[in-house]
Amino acid sequence: MSSDYLKEITSYLREYDGDSMNIMEVCGSHTAAIAKSGIKSIISDKINLVSGPGCPVCVTPSAYVDKLISLALEEGNCIATFGDLMRVPGSEESLNIAKGRGADVEMVYSPMDVVELAKKNPDKNYIFAAVGFETTTPVYALLLDTIVSEKIKNIKLLTAVKTMPAVIEHLLAEGAPIDGFLAPGHVCVVTGSKIFTPLAEKYDIPFAVSGFSGEEILEALYGLVKIKKGGRVMNFYPKVVTEEGNTSAKSLIDKYFTPSAACWRGMGIIKGSGLKIRDEYSYLDAGSEGLNEDIKKNKACLCDQVLMGKKTPKDCPLFGKVCTPLTPQGACMVSEEGCCHTWIANYR
Amino acid sequence: MCVALPGIVRKINGKTAEVDFNGNTVNARTGLVDIIEGDRVLVHAGCILQKVTEDEADSLNDLMKELKAYE
Amino acid sequence: MEKVITMAHGSGGKTTGELIGAIFANEFDNEILNRMEDAAAVDGSKRIAMTTDSFVVTPLEYPGGDVGRLCICGTVNDLLSRGAIPKYITCGFILEEGLETETLKRIVHSMAETAREANVIIVAGDTKVIEGNGGLYINTAGVGFFDYDREISAEDAKDGDAILVSGTMGEHHATILGSRMSIANDIESDNAPLTDIVGALLKNKVDVHVLRDITRGGLATVLKELAKASESTFVVEDEKIPVSPQVRDFCGLLGLDPYYMGNEGKMVCIVDAKYADKALEIMKASKYGQDAALIGYVQKNEAAEKGMLYSKTSIGGLRNLDILQGEGLPRIC
Repeated sequence: MSSDYLKEITSYLREYDGDSMNIMEVCGSHTAAIAKSGIKSIISDKINLVSGPGCPVCVTPSAYVDKLISLALEEGNCIATFGDLMRVPGSEESLNIAKGRGADVEMVYSPMDVVELAKKNPDKNYIFAAVGFETTTPVYALLLDTIVSEKIKNIKLLTAVKTMPAVIEHLLAEGAPIDGFLAPGHVCVVTGSKIFTPLAEKYDIPFAVSGFSGEEILEALYGLVKIKKGGRVMNFYPKVVTEEGNTSAKSLIDKYFTPSAACWRGMGIIKGSGLKIRDEYSYLDAGSEGLNEDIKKNKACLCDQVLMGKKTPKDCPLFGKVCTPLTPQGACMVSEEGCCHTWIANYR
Repeated sequence: MCVALPGIVRKINGKTAEVDFNGNTVNARTGLVDIIEGDRVLVHAGCILQKVTEDEADSLNDLMKELKAYE
Repeated sequence: MEKVITMAHGSGGKTTGELIGAIFANEFDNEILNRMEDAAAVDGSKRIAMTTDSFVVTPLEYPGGDVGRLCICGTVNDLLSRGAIPKYITCGFILEEGLETETLKRIVHSMAETAREANVIIVAGDTKVIEGNGGLYINTAGVGFFDYDREISAEDAKDGDAILVSGTMGEHHATILGSRMSIANDIESDNAPLTDIVGALLKNKVDVHVLRDITRGGLATVLKELAKASESTFVVEDEKIPVSPQVRDFCGLLGLDPYYMGNEGKMVCIVDAKYADKALEIMKASKYGQDAALIGYVQKNEAAEKGMLYSKTSIGGLRNLDILQGEGLPRIC
């Protein structure tokens, strides 16, 4: 983007003086990028940015973490995971704390790394902690495909795989006060921007698919504020997002996964908001079914309201006092991408 | 969610490809999109998700032009 | 010598004597240590700076360094942060049985070389062996003299001061993390003693207000702590923070932020703004300072809360930075 152009949209967003708008960034990486680029300091107070439920680590329920820990403590098992899941509290402790008392946990960059590990240590049973949204699901499908085609015996997945449209519909149906969505760019790389078209049309609300740099987010916000209403999906990230998305990735996902209900920390079970491994491959599932219990660590926690955009972190009596990044009480404080975590690190 | 970064495909080795990110090399898994050496690709969690195309800039320009005219 | 360390090496008897003779005394060789007394007798100064630190890094050896080099750099740089020129170091080794003797030799050798480079003398040492899996831990103490009659304090940043860093951010952190992740690169730890930089600044009478080495928690953590200590507001610019393209993309792949990546051979230097150009020139001409940069200024504190750290972002926004929260683990989702 030329600097003149950036200046023009920045000054539009700074001087905006129309009706107040609530724009929800669904994706946790957007939450983090907005904080890092200081966007709130640039735009008008009339444009209110609220964070949504798009940090997969944050919305993983406590029962899932408990199951991971109990598997990790079993003789011969090793849990392979992304780093950010290690800090997520279960009902009693996190994977990180369990590691301190002997749980076998390996932090990896890619789920595919577990294939190497499994070949190197044939006596160990590896379980990949498969959390994530549509962006990460194709990687899990590739992992399953590798396990099946290479007949690897010592890898399973514990899945908590979630999908975006149903949870966004849940927010809208519950009356979350949202005027527009900054749609998750990397989800759309896989699903295609058209995944949000039915929701945009049904609720007459605009979606702007955005990249993750400050400039890209400003462009998408400009689009949402300019058109204000109307059920359309605008694609501001065409260098990697198409309308159809990645069709090979989608068919590979379809081969191994099927839609299911999913439990969201702080929000409960939402119909059709997740994926589970298909029955014919259920022997590769380490017991993901029914991990729906979600113990609220602290009754005063407002995470469910925050995740729906109804409250801000500052409205929560625990925020910054009892609930801090070192002592997270609820979902939004858990990951660096969680809304409350981002607020504490950047806006306090 | 979904940390992903563009890099350049240096070498394809069957089911994986060496993707370079300013001197960091990841053996990224291929199979979701057709690639050739030299392509810019988006990598997430060690897997090539998509090719990065620059010629799509036109569609972005059209969208911005349309928005600018919007009142 | 046996190939691995055993409990006998900590017995205090003959085997301990062999270990000390073959490895430590051989490498650290100096008049004071060679006397093998219960305590070292050294020349003093009216006022000294003292510090202590423990080093527990995994892996023990990494690209660009090892725990031996690290422990000298860490101790020396802490002394330099007070404006003291490092003179003496003591070291206590805790070895786990199973540690390979060759590994220990290499680490001790690197420690001795780094000490020579930093111009400090290792005057006393101790070794213990515990049960375990071949680990190695080092505790050090360091003494420095105020050769330039300046005691530098974290509390002395003044309105208008210039904030400089001595080089690029994040190499050490990226190196240690990279060894655990399936990402190949040639990033090397920046572990280095900053004696030359600090010595040159003080010798050339730059009006240095604050010095601090940037270690765990990274630049943002250090700056936020300094802003708090001197009850002022720091404003830096994202685009002026030196980060190599390789480290930047390494961070991008793992969802990490260069502001929070640790170093072991970089320093924040806050000087009277009048001396900013001179300080930068001196730093750039010093060993380990070639990538030094002026990154921002201390501003008059008008915020309600004292001790704020802001960065100006590339799109003209203002970001409020706090100390590192949690551990800085890589994130994918």
